[in-house]
Amino acid sequence: MDKTFHSKSASLWGDAWRRLKKNRPAVAGLVVIIVLIIVAVMAPVISPADPIKTDLPNRLKPPGAPSAICKNGVYILGSDEFGRDILSRVIYGTRISLSVGIISQAIVTVIGVTMGALAGYYGGMMDMLVMRTADILFAFPELLFYIGVMFALGPSIYNIFIALALIGWAGVARLVRSQVLYLREMEYVEAARAQGFSDARIILRHILPNCMGPIIVSVTMGIPGAILSEATLSFLGLGVQPPTPSWGNMIYAARGYMLTNPWYSVWPGVAIMITVFSFNLLGDGLRDALDPRLKR
Amino acid sequence: MSSQNIIEVQGLVKWYPVKAGVFQKVVGYVKAVDDVSFNIKRGETLGLVGESGCGKTTTARCMLRLIEPTKGRILFNGRDIMKFNREELRKIRPRMQVIFQDPYSSLNPRLTVKEIIGEALAFHGIARGKELEERVKELLEMVGLAPHHMRRFPHEFSGGQRQRIGITRALATNPDLVVCDEPVSALDVSIQSQILNLLEDLQARLGVSYLFIAHGLNVVKHVSHRVGVMYLGKLVEITESDEIYKNPLHPYTQALISAIPVPDPKVRRQKILLEGDVPSPFNPPEGCRFWTRCRYAMDVCRREEPGLIECAPGHMVACHLYGR
Repeated sequence: MDKTFHSKSASLWGDAWRRLKKNRPAVAGLVVIIVLIIVAVMAPVISPADPIKTDLPNRLKPPGAPSAICKNGVYILGSDEFGRDILSRVIYGTRISLSVGIISQAIVTVIGVTMGALAGYYGGMMDMLVMRTADILFAFPELLFYIGVMFALGPSIYNIFIALALIGWAGVARLVRSQVLYLREMEYVEAARAQGFSDARIILRHILPNCMGPIIVSVTMGIPGAILSEATLSFLGLGVQPPTPSWGNMIYAARGYMLTNPWYSVWPGVAIMITVFSFNLLGDGLRDALDPRLKR
Repeated sequence: MSSQNIIEVQGLVKWYPVKAGVFQKVVGYVKAVDDVSFNIKRGETLGLVGESGCGKTTTARCMLRLIEPTKGRILFNGRDIMKFNREELRKIRPRMQVIFQDPYSSLNPRLTVKEIIGEALAFHGIARGKELEERVKELLEMVGLAPHHMRRFPHEFSGGQRQRIGITRALATNPDLVVCDEPVSALDVSIQSQILNLLEDLQARLGVSYLFIAHGLNVVKHVSHRVGVMYLGKLVEITESDEIYKNPLHPYTQALISAIPVPDPKVRRQKILLEGDVPSPFNPPEGCRFWTRCRYAMDVCRREEPGLIECAPGHMVACHLYGR
């Protein structure tokens, strides 16, 4: 009897994982994301051609046309205006999109959690300073802000991280602050203070672990937003610069051939859609799984 | 005399400023605790009773400087902790602990029982490693839990068991003083007496002093050596536990005593019913704070605030009916 009790003693994470597994759309999203990550890591191995290798006689070929540069001899998804293999370019584009999504969210989360925790825990001037800054950032039209930053810093993938992080941390800070404000009043936090623990220990060990759920959800939900922003900036010519393939700059290049070769723009569009959709499904699932109020 | 006291509280005041308007001008104060003095001897339990919002909890929190008091002197082991800086305060915290009311929100759900109990021992360098584990085991056994419970999480325990874990956490660092903030109010009646008995046993064994907060006199009666009664931020009466039941002097205490249910249907007792509500601590009545609801209210009560005077040995009361 004691033994069964022990196996049930799984932590809250185990509990959340069990609930997530029951959520089919979320699991589907997770599987697709894992596949995308594998594709991104293995890009050089699985792509049929070098994504920047041109073959000018074979420009704008439809899907299935014979190819000289592809290992398998066929443009599976067609070729672009320089005769490059679209499939290979979409595959390499995964690297850009996923790294922008994940790295920018990592930066946003670190800054946002730190700011939110300090504002919520200390209150007063600290809170005032952090939250008014966040309010100002919220007031900017996001895209205009990105465009401004990219103009100022010059187009490159690193500057995309900076642009996204500059404005993105405010949302996380607001979320974390509200959680900290609530958790700070819990009796176990007061107990920790009564035991004479340092503020750092109270924040890191007693407050933040208890708001991991909302933070994880916000990260997961923030990734598709970042991917879309990168695509938008690249589409506007302010993000990843050609010939490096990114889904955004591919759609930009394809827009001139919309009537003659519609497939060209569809593939990167579908890639963006699948990625964003998968992250959203996973995010929804995580929110349900990590919400203690939904515990059955 | 003072070496006998583990803590002496003198003239403790906590006023919360009330701000209004665009410029956050201070328009007044909520007088949550207003000039409260008492002391607790070594190994003694002082009960503190009063209705919700009368400042019992604020008094206790201020006494431990978990809330910064507005004014007052707090002598803990003869040293004025009001003069302590953050670091000194941190060092003395293990010697004065708290047991909380709600066993559900008082334990961090992400930590195991061992971590909850052992954290203070490790943080203050009292014990670590194997020694810490032994100490946790010993403490768990002392409060009637099993050593193997230390690997579990709080959500695997019942309310009563959780309260035992909370008690263990408070006692882990061998404190001199423990504030019990309504430790049984959230528990079933059958569990209440178990926890009260446990607290008494632990006091006999460890010689710890308690400040025991409750909103009804019946619980306090069980465990306290002396009892203080609070009304609207003031201490109105304080004396030996037996004395307060046999001979309550303050009209408010009399009303509280008459509200204790008697488990005998044949006993007919006259209940003193208090009329009206507790006045707001933002705008308390002039003079004695109780006169608006007091059946003996006199002219002098409206004008002058009665001081706490000793009208029998060890029996202090703040009322104009006595001592003139």
